[in-house]
Amino acid sequence: MSNATTTDVQDDRPRTAPKPPGTGLSSRSLPRWAPLGFAAVALALGVGTGLAAGWHSRTQWGLIAALLFLVISYVVTTAVENRRQAKDRLATSVVWVCFLVAVVPLASLLWTTVSRGAARLDGYFLTHSMAGVLGSEDTGGVYHALIGTLEQVGIATVISAPLGLLTAVYLVEYGKGALAKAVTFFVDVMTGIPSIVAGLFILSIMLMAKIEPSGLMGALALTILMVPVVVRSTEEMLKLVPNELREASLALGIPKWRTILKVVLPTAIGGITTGVMLAIARIAGETAPIILLVFGSQLINTNPFEGAQSSLPFYIYEQYKVGEAASYDRAWAAALVLIAFVMILNLAARGIARWKAPRR
Amino acid sequence: MASTTSPLDSPPAPPAPPGRPRSTGRVGDKIFIGLSRGSGILLLVIMASIAVFLSYRAVLAISKDEGNFLTTLDWNPAGDPPVFGIAVLLFGTVVSSVIAMVIAVPVAVGIALFISHYAPRKLAAPLGYVIDLLAAVPSIVYGIWGALVLVPYLEGLNLWLDQFFGWTYVFEKTEVGIARSLFTVGILLAIMILPIVTSVSREVFLQVPKTNEEAALALGATRWEVVRLSVLPFGRSGIISASMLGLGRALGETMAVATVLSPSFLISLHVLNPGGGTFAQNIAAKFGEADEFGRDALIASGLVLFVLTLLVNGAARLIIARRKEYSGATA
Repeated sequence: MSNATTTDVQDDRPRTAPKPPGTGLSSRSLPRWAPLGFAAVALALGVGTGLAAGWHSRTQWGLIAALLFLVISYVVTTAVENRRQAKDRLATSVVWVCFLVAVVPLASLLWTTVSRGAARLDGYFLTHSMAGVLGSEDTGGVYHALIGTLEQVGIATVISAPLGLLTAVYLVEYGKGALAKAVTFFVDVMTGIPSIVAGLFILSIMLMAKIEPSGLMGALALTILMVPVVVRSTEEMLKLVPNELREASLALGIPKWRTILKVVLPTAIGGITTGVMLAIARIAGETAPIILLVFGSQLINTNPFEGAQSSLPFYIYEQYKVGEAASYDRAWAAALVLIAFVMILNLAARGIARWKAPRR
Repeated sequence: MASTTSPLDSPPAPPAPPGRPRSTGRVGDKIFIGLSRGSGILLLVIMASIAVFLSYRAVLAISKDEGNFLTTLDWNPAGDPPVFGIAVLLFGTVVSSVIAMVIAVPVAVGIALFISHYAPRKLAAPLGYVIDLLAAVPSIVYGIWGALVLVPYLEGLNLWLDQFFGWTYVFEKTEVGIARSLFTVGILLAIMILPIVTSVSREVFLQVPKTNEEAALALGATRWEVVRLSVLPFGRSGIISASMLGLGRALGETMAVATVLSPSFLISLHVLNPGGGTFAQNIAAKFGEADEFGRDALIASGLVLFVLTLLVNGAARLIIARRKEYSGATA
C-alpha cells in the first residue's frame, strides 16, 4: 500500500511542477455545499429506485443511495476539479458513509432497549425476584439477578484489581528479561480468551474437585477475564508517568518501593481507576461463564459462596428463551438495567479520569 | 507482614546491621518485588493451568469418542456409542468470524478516521465517547437485539442477495426459513466488534505525530493523501491489533450467536440458510442437558476454541512486533 502511495505522489509531482503558482489558486473548484447536494441527489435516486422496484427493505434503499453518492461525487469532482481532489472527496465520502452505516444499527440497539425496556422498568421490577412467577405472567423482577451480579462482580474485582495492579507494576517498574517478556505476551494472549473458555476452565476444576455451582465460581471465571484488562490499562497508565518524577524521588534517596507507592501510583491513580472501572463494566455483561458455573436461580440467594445464583445477563438470556411476550418485556427491561449499570460505571470512570488527571 | 515477624523470631537480626549496607535490596523493596513478580508468575500459572486442565478433560472425552473428533458431523456424546465431532463447529465459527471481519474492519477504520481526522472538531470528542460507551454494551444485549430486531429486518436483504447474487453459490438461499443463519450471525458479530476495533484504531490514529501530518500538508497533500502517507502507515500495527482483538471477540462470542442462530449440525457454504453452529454457541446450548461425560466433550470443543484464539492472538503479536520499529511505536 505504501508503495502505491509513493508512486502516486511521484506521478503527480511532475504534472503540477511546470505550473506551480497558477494551478492552486485559479483551478476550478466545487462550492462548499457540493457534498450536501450530492447526498440529496443520491438519496432521491435511491428512494426513487427503491419505490420503482418495490423493495420493502429500507436497508437496500440506503445502500443504493450510499453507492450512488460515492459514484456521483467522484465523477463530478473529477470533471470539475482533478483526479487528486476527486480521490480526496471520495475518501471523505467513504469515511462519512462508514460512519453513517455504523450509526444506524447502534442507534437502533440503544433505541429499542430504552423504549422497550422503559415500559416494564419500575420500582417493583427492581425490588422483586422471579420466585413463583410463570413466564407468561407480567409480574416478577430482577432483584435476585441484581444481587447476583453485584456480588459476583464485586468478588472478581476484589481479586483482580490488586493482582492486575501488581502485575502491571512488575512489568513497568521491575520487568526485565525472559519472565517479563513471557508475562507481557501471555497477558496479551489472556485478553483474547473467550469468556466461555474461562468458564470451561473453572468447570473442569469443579468437575474434578466435585464443587457445586455457586456465585464464587462465576466470580473466579470473571477474574480470569478481568485481570488482563486491568494489567493492560494500568501498564499504559504507569508508562505515561514521566521518568523525571521517578528519578527525582530516587535521587532523594527514597527506596524504589516507596517511590512506586508514593509517587508513581498516585500520579497514575486516575487512569488506573478508570481502567479498573471499565474492566468491571466489561465483565458485568458476561453471560457465558454464569451459564456454566452459577446455574441461575429464580430465588433470592445473597450468599455467593453457596448455591445457585442469578445475574443480570443470565436473567436476560433466561427470559429471552422463555419466548413469551411478558418475558421479552422483562428481558428488555433487564437489558436496560444492565446497560444503565455499565454506562454509569463508564461515566463515573471518565469523570474520575478527568478529575484526577495530572494538572500542568 | 514479614517485617513485623522478623524482629520477633529472628535473634540474629541485631548483628545484621554491618551486613545491611552491603545488600542493596531493602526489606520493603524485597517484599514489593516479591509481590509484583509473584502476581506476574501467578498469571502464567493460570494460563498454563487453563491449557492443562482443559486438555486433561478433553483427553478423557476424546478417548471415548467412537466417531472422529475432527471430522464427525454429529454431536451426541450421550448416545451409545458416544459420537461427537467439531467439523461443523469449526466451520461455523470460522465462517461467521470471517464474515464479521470482512464487514467490520474497513468500516471501523473508516469510523476511526472519521473521528480522528474528518469529523468537525466539536463533534469528534463526543463521538469518540459514544463509541467507547458502545464498546461496553454487553453481548447478551446485542444478542436479544439481534434475535428480535435484526433477524426480521434482514429478511429483505437476504431475499435480495439471493435474487441478484444467488449465482455466487455462497449467497444462494436453498432453504426457506427466517434469517437465523451464519450470515446474520456474521453481520451481528460485525456490529458487535465494530466499536472495539474502532476505539483501538482511533487511539492509534490520534497518536500519529503532528509533525508527520504537517509535513505532508506542507508538500501540498490533500487530506486523503495525508491519511495515506502519514496516518495509515503509522497506524498499521494498531489496525492489525485492533482487528485481531475484534476477531478474538468474534471467534469466542457466545450469547449473540446462541440467541440468533437456529443451530443444526450441517456444513453448508450457503451462508443464508438457517443452520450451522459455533463452538461457543454449541457449548452454551448443549450444556444444560449434558451429563459429566457430555460436559467433558464440550470442554474438548472449548479446548479447540482456546487453541484457535491463541493462534490468532499469537499471530497478531508477531505481526505487531515486526511492525513496531516501522510504526515508530517504540519511539
